[in-house]
Amino acid sequence: MRIPGSGRICPDRLPGYAASVVFLLASMLPCSKARAADEIPIVYLGLDMPHHIASTLLDPPPTDSGLRGAQLAVADTNTTGKFTNQHFSLQVLQAADPATVENDFAQSLAAGKRLFVANLPADLLLKLADTQGAASAVILDATSADDRLRGADCRANMLHILPSRAMLADALMQYLVTKNWNRIMLLVGRDPDDALYADAIRQSAAKFQIKIRADRPWSFNAAAQQADTGHYQVNDEVLKATQGVTYDVLVVADEADHFGDDLSYRTEQPRPVAGTQGLVPEAWAHAMDEYASTQLQTRFHRESGRWMNAQDYGGWLAVRAIGEAATRAATADPARIIAYLHGPDFSVSGYKGPELTFRPWDGQLRQPVLLADENALVSISPQPGFLHQTNDLDSLGFDQPETSCHLH
Amino acid sequence: MSSALSIFGLAGLAFSATMLFAQQALAYRIFVSNEKDNTITVLDGASLSIIKTVPVGARPRGIVLSADSKSLYICTSDADHIEVLDLATLKVTRILPSNPDPEFMALSRDGKTLYVANEDNSQVSVLDVAQGRIVSEIPVGVEPEGMAVSPDDKTVICTSETTSMTHFIDAATHAVTASVLVGTRPRFAVFTKDGSQVWVSSEVAGTVAVIDTATHKVLHTIKFDLPEVPVAAIQAVGINLTSDGKYAFVDLGPANRVAVVDPKTFAVEKYLLVGQRVWHNDFSPDQKFLYTANGLSNDMSVIDIDAMKVTQSVPVGQSPWGVVVAP
Repeated sequence: MRIPGSGRICPDRLPGYAASVVFLLASMLPCSKARAADEIPIVYLGLDMPHHIASTLLDPPPTDSGLRGAQLAVADTNTTGKFTNQHFSLQVLQAADPATVENDFAQSLAAGKRLFVANLPADLLLKLADTQGAASAVILDATSADDRLRGADCRANMLHILPSRAMLADALMQYLVTKNWNRIMLLVGRDPDDALYADAIRQSAAKFQIKIRADRPWSFNAAAQQADTGHYQVNDEVLKATQGVTYDVLVVADEADHFGDDLSYRTEQPRPVAGTQGLVPEAWAHAMDEYASTQLQTRFHRESGRWMNAQDYGGWLAVRAIGEAATRAATADPARIIAYLHGPDFSVSGYKGPELTFRPWDGQLRQPVLLADENALVSISPQPGFLHQTNDLDSLGFDQPETSCHLH
Repeated sequence: MSSALSIFGLAGLAFSATMLFAQQALAYRIFVSNEKDNTITVLDGASLSIIKTVPVGARPRGIVLSADSKSLYICTSDADHIEVLDLATLKVTRILPSNPDPEFMALSRDGKTLYVANEDNSQVSVLDVAQGRIVSEIPVGVEPEGMAVSPDDKTVICTSETTSMTHFIDAATHAVTASVLVGTRPRFAVFTKDGSQVWVSSEVAGTVAVIDTATHKVLHTIKFDLPEVPVAAIQAVGINLTSDGKYAFVDLGPANRVAVVDPKTFAVEKYLLVGQRVWHNDFSPDQKFLYTANGLSNDMSVIDIDAMKVTQSVPVGQSPWGVVVAP
């Protein structure tokens, strides 16, 4: 509480009698003009990723995924901050190479910054988390899906916003179980991330008793579809790759979009495609408009000129998590914000139904996972009937008894 | 014997005539806004038959009766304005400005001012009804939705959904005098008859906060425990309190139930199963019946308050959102 004269005071920050006196004094102006707002600086760390050609040249992936979500959340949170006398800023440190990111992080720590939102690959995240002096900071991993960051390589100063690959795979497998589509064929791309995605699918299939009838690598040159008449060749390749197998769904692991979009309508048997393309389990989708998310979707589109993707959603939710902790804990002190983020009272709304909370055993944000294609929301997992003794959202990914994270 | 019978018959006739007269004297109509087919369904209160389906602008949601009960104000959200339905002719006779995406509004008791929540641009528009002009815009939190005016017309309440706050606005100065944190996604606010409390429902948290209007403190948070319903489906939305202070009715959205709450103890007394995704409700003029708009089942449920039972379901338009009773 400040003494009158040094500035205005928000009436709702004062108890009982004092509030009613100040209420009269302050009633002519909104309390947002009361005094200089408490500053809450957030640092956004990004790394330029190598340019890659997606399956179509006409629709190149955006280069600012993640960041645009974080920026929207700062604007959203500052609207709230006007009423709590808090002001949030986002310092964007986008680097061309990992060494610069490490340097940016160390300098930010030295400058007293403690709240970080990261859009970085797993190895670099671990380096940052282990930096000297980083123990008193929090790194909100806004975009990664790596299970090892939630497992053997987990860190006490890191929280994970987007679903892990295990959660995505479980979301898909639960849906296949409800459809009684119990036999899949797995087609795996050549990137290291594709191997991780495929591993998650294999583990999840075993967990939900889905049979993998064939597990094959995809090795065909991805550039053929852009050549004139290339589609004939792609057709042949997909036919060959899917021949001689009896299955219900073709599951593809192609995180970088090299070939997954070419599979539909070309398989030997008429079968739907799911996984990284086709019916995709993901944190966010263009087609999502349930749970009042139309508001978030249109707000993002207005600000960014494109639709929100899962990485943008991760950036948005990471900043919203910090904002929610600062608002609810009524503090600008990073140590108290971090304590609230890790504490039992924290929750944040993510336009997907239930309030979202962190799993204390591995720092993963619990959340429903959407199942959608480009234009339609097909379902949201957990599927009805997949129950959990404390929280149905924990039927997705690694539950406490299964975790290999040993922080607590 | 025969004369006795005829006397009884006569008495019966006289009784029905009285009833008929009484019903005519108490005649009222029910108005339901249908979000997806751009209409207002007008029903006769006694027979519950549809009198007319009135086409209005795109996406009608919040509806409010004028102070003289002669007009209905309609937030046509996607048309970005407010339409005025004349209740004598059942025709839209006037368009009022509202700023973009009006979702819900509240009218001052003197009938002169409409306070409109503009969900898309984080403000409340203050509309002078007589002049048909916006006289002020009040910045509030993200996604404002619930609006209410205190019985003395001095305080306006706005709930902002993403900010999770209940804003108290001074109706004279348009200053936000207090912002009270409540459960996630607060969406509807209503004052008690004496103005001492404001009840605010939170959609995601699935709770109702009862706020003391003098101290701006949350006196109590009402929780709803329905073991047979998924937690995410328990979404508190519309609230109405009987003027005798006996009951509060809270619509629980996709839980498909209306909770009956004792306003003195805040205890939940009963859950009434209604249609799917119940949004808002309103009383008959004698407060013997409650009508609910059910967004997913395209119907209106009728609750007999004395019996505390759902007695009927009446099909209306597509995605019913708001319901208002006009005497």
